[in-house]
Amino acid sequence: MNTKVLKILADNARCSIEDIATMTGLSLKEVTDEIGELEAAGLIRGYKAVIDWEKLDNASVSALIELKVIPQDRFGFENIAETIMKYKEVETVYLMSGSYDLCVIVKGKTFQEVARFVAKELATMREVTSTATHFVLRRYKELDVELVDGEQDDRGAYSL
Amino acid sequence: MIDYGKVLNPTVVNDIKPSGIRKFFDIAAGMEGVISLGVGEPDFPTPWHIRREGIKSLENSKTRYTSNAGLIELRREICNYVSRRYGVEYAADSEVLVTVGGSEGIDGAIRAIVAPGDEVIIPQPSFVCYEPIVRLAGGTPVIIELKAENQFRLTAEELRGAITDKTKLLVFPFPCNPTGAVMEKEDVEAIAEVLRDTSICVLSDEIYSELTYGGKSHVSIASVEGMRERTILINGFSKSYSMTGWRMGYACAPAPIIAQMTKIHQFAIMSAPTTSQYAAIEALRNGDDDVTTMVAEYDMRRRLMVNGFNKIGMDCFEPKGAFYCFPSIKRTGMTSEEFCEELLRSKKVAVVPGSAFGRSGEGFVRVSYCYSTDHIKEALSRIEEFLREI
Repeated sequence: MNTKVLKILADNARCSIEDIATMTGLSLKEVTDEIGELEAAGLIRGYKAVIDWEKLDNASVSALIELKVIPQDRFGFENIAETIMKYKEVETVYLMSGSYDLCVIVKGKTFQEVARFVAKELATMREVTSTATHFVLRRYKELDVELVDGEQDDRGAYSL
Repeated sequence: MIDYGKVLNPTVVNDIKPSGIRKFFDIAAGMEGVISLGVGEPDFPTPWHIRREGIKSLENSKTRYTSNAGLIELRREICNYVSRRYGVEYAADSEVLVTVGGSEGIDGAIRAIVAPGDEVIIPQPSFVCYEPIVRLAGGTPVIIELKAENQFRLTAEELRGAITDKTKLLVFPFPCNPTGAVMEKEDVEAIAEVLRDTSICVLSDEIYSELTYGGKSHVSIASVEGMRERTILINGFSKSYSMTGWRMGYACAPAPIIAQMTKIHQFAIMSAPTTSQYAAIEALRNGDDDVTTMVAEYDMRRRLMVNGFNKIGMDCFEPKGAFYCFPSIKRTGMTSEEFCEELLRSKKVAVVPGSAFGRSGEGFVRVSYCYSTDHIKEALSRIEEFLREI
């Protein structure tokens, strides 16, 4: 497998097949096949834009929820995790090591909406023994992309 | 009234030409929205762990002079590095000098070797500092005009043709700024063969040694039989570790040469910046992965740019080193300067005229790929428009 293609796409999912071919030295067909295989094998799961939602007036809010969960016979955490991930409000679900079990990132229009979702949907699940909700106040960096306007190119136009 | 014409050194006033890009710098300074491919330094910030060591040294009050030749730990790391990467052994206590960038090493080497009347062979197009420094030392630059059909490599034949009984030094600047040319093992061997039975020294400016592409690593001329004794190897941290502003370089050479260079350095500089020396130790100890990552990124940009120029009909030989392309602009009928000025004024794209790097750079422009791929593509599409409109 050529991880170069993956690295380029991870950095810029909009990079064209032509540019990927040029940059890696592969042929157009090789790149197309490679990407097809990566998608078929489930290595590439999607292509999304990194958006700074805070720039919108009616920006949404997110919260990271720590869930403590009683693992079930035979299934462990699988069932409950897969149930939780089906909610459209849920953006991310991770099984964690340490003091809690599932990390769930929830998105909503308002603080109230997120709080209501946690109280009504997550906290009431039989397997869930406790929740702790942490609201996101500000995003600085997401998916490797800096969301704060950081360093400018201060190199000037010419140097030898 | 003081007459500055009589006060100033006529060699400096008359024989040293101002840099060939100053005019463009001024034009660009008055413009908005210039998109530049004109710089000779990396876009990456210095890797954080290297910066952190610089910061830590300040916190620990490492704010005094170091020994003239540089911290011994740094000189040891330099020796390890040159040995493991290029297979040349130097003694840390007597054969290494830590300098203020590669530039100071070049200056010191030329001043230590060249006396008035001596000839110094300089292949061009190449970096702009060699000729003026040789003139300041009273030496005579002897220019070899490298050829596009040789991929701007120096050939044994060209070198033989330039040697006289006054030749003292050969400047050997590969991988080359501005052409991106490299000298591979057999090319270097051929040059060594010409020099082996002479007493001509070599100033090997290897500042771009880490930036080679296509699977072949840089070959230091000092590693070739009979060359170590006559070579002053200049290298540094600016290009490989993205540390231009730290001003950190070094020279490695036999002890008798380093002893004289250290004398000059001691009186002119005292010691290289202490903060930077601590950062440089970290770069050599733990910076290999950073270099690998940056080189992989440069390589992708390089392919994108060479392909782009060839597609829009600007002949561009494949550069195998540094971070520049050197496409020909001959089909436009313009001089390099005209091309760069027109391109800047009409499309706001900044590239450097090849003629700034010597007469043989006429008909070419230097284009840097120290920029993001999006930036490079935007600049290329403006250049394509420009070519269509002229």
